[in-house]
Amino acid sequence: MAGGQERILRRRIGSIDATKKITRAMELIAASRIVKAQGRVQAAKPYSEKVTAVITNLAGGGAGVDHPLLTAPEQVDRVAYVVIAADRGLCGGYNNNVLRAVERAIEADKSQGRDYALVLSGKKAAGYFSFRGYEIHAAYEGFTDQPGYSDAKAMAESVAELFESGEVQQVQLAYTRFLSMGSQEVAIEQFMPLEPSEIGADASQGSDSGGYEFEPEPAEILSRLLPRYAEARLYAALLEGSASEHAARQRAMKAATDNAEDLKINLTRIMNRARQDSITTEIMEIVSGAEAMSQDDDDGLKDIIEQSLEGSFAALASDRNDA
Amino acid sequence: MQVELVSPEAVLFSGQCSQVVTRTVDGDIAFLDNHAAFIGALDIGQTQLWAEDGVVSLAINGGFVEVSGNAVTILSDGALSAEDIDVDTARSDLAEAEAALSTNAEDANAAAAKTWAETRIQVGTAA
Repeated sequence: MAGGQERILRRRIGSIDATKKITRAMELIAASRIVKAQGRVQAAKPYSEKVTAVITNLAGGGAGVDHPLLTAPEQVDRVAYVVIAADRGLCGGYNNNVLRAVERAIEADKSQGRDYALVLSGKKAAGYFSFRGYEIHAAYEGFTDQPGYSDAKAMAESVAELFESGEVQQVQLAYTRFLSMGSQEVAIEQFMPLEPSEIGADASQGSDSGGYEFEPEPAEILSRLLPRYAEARLYAALLEGSASEHAARQRAMKAATDNAEDLKINLTRIMNRARQDSITTEIMEIVSGAEAMSQDDDDGLKDIIEQSLEGSFAALASDRNDA
Repeated sequence: MQVELVSPEAVLFSGQCSQVVTRTVDGDIAFLDNHAAFIGALDIGQTQLWAEDGVVSLAINGGFVEVSGNAVTILSDGALSAEDIDVDTARSDLAEAEAALSTNAEDANAAAAKTWAETRIQVGTAA
């Protein structure tokens, strides 16, 4: 019966309304977190800029560039991927984009006969790769929402160990770069060995920064400084990833809220139509009943019929106004 | 001179100072105005900044210092100002480190932990 259908529709609208409230709340939370995450990205910049400047000055002061983190091995047999994804889903393509890009890169490496090692940040990354049967070297989770420097430090240490022991000859860093609120892109960059040109440690340049006193020897300072540089770089990538995650979540949840709203409008329309149908049918039944009765000319019965007809018309009219 | 103390997460201090005392791996060093260009690696120790409104004391858990053009930049991923230090935690850390050292006097990590705890107590109780 039509009344049954109406009840089902009403229940669906109620459930969509509840979902909409949740997605709306998630959207607002994500929006407020983007701002904070962007602030942290900015706050981390002075440190990494200064570290880079000191390295440049050190190189100018004659520090040798023969640190293990700067030495490129002759042959690359195994590449480590540091993958930065999220702990939670419901953030559009954020996780999948970076994870698929890494999977493609691993495939490309395999075709060149190179093995892989995975160092993962985020529960979703660990889930993705373990489900597909990849071997995971190390997985970190619990901080992608709001990464701290100590998290970056722990990760960087395990990666540096992997690289310096010679187990892997190259490390790639895969994360999502935060360009603006509306656009983020997946980036896979070489993390180790460090590019001497990138950190300004080219011996050729920086002759203008001579005249420094060093304590201890420049080479020793450099060997202490390079791991800090790697940490700072990983920390920056974690922060950008976290900002991108919140931006992606905000967009996904906005789309979900809009869809829920559309769905609600459509279902309300269908539900009203079902109600009107059932009322029309009712009127038809009463009218045809009245026709049959009028031959008997029973005044008492006729009054009752007229009253119920009026009631039905009033309900129909208010329904039209609603729709 | 302009002094900046920068950690990976924030700029902890930025302002004018008349004197900076810190500890490099080779020993304590003080910088006054117009010090010669200098780059050093910092050891665990106390750093003091003579700022305009008084002396600021910090516990530094390793880092770097660069001096150039009448500006001092201290980079540290483990810097605590006096009000951030929990002296009780530092005391219990110190006891722990000493216990570790009594079983193995060569333990470099415990030795570093001991120095770090002592530095925190020194800076924290002076405030």
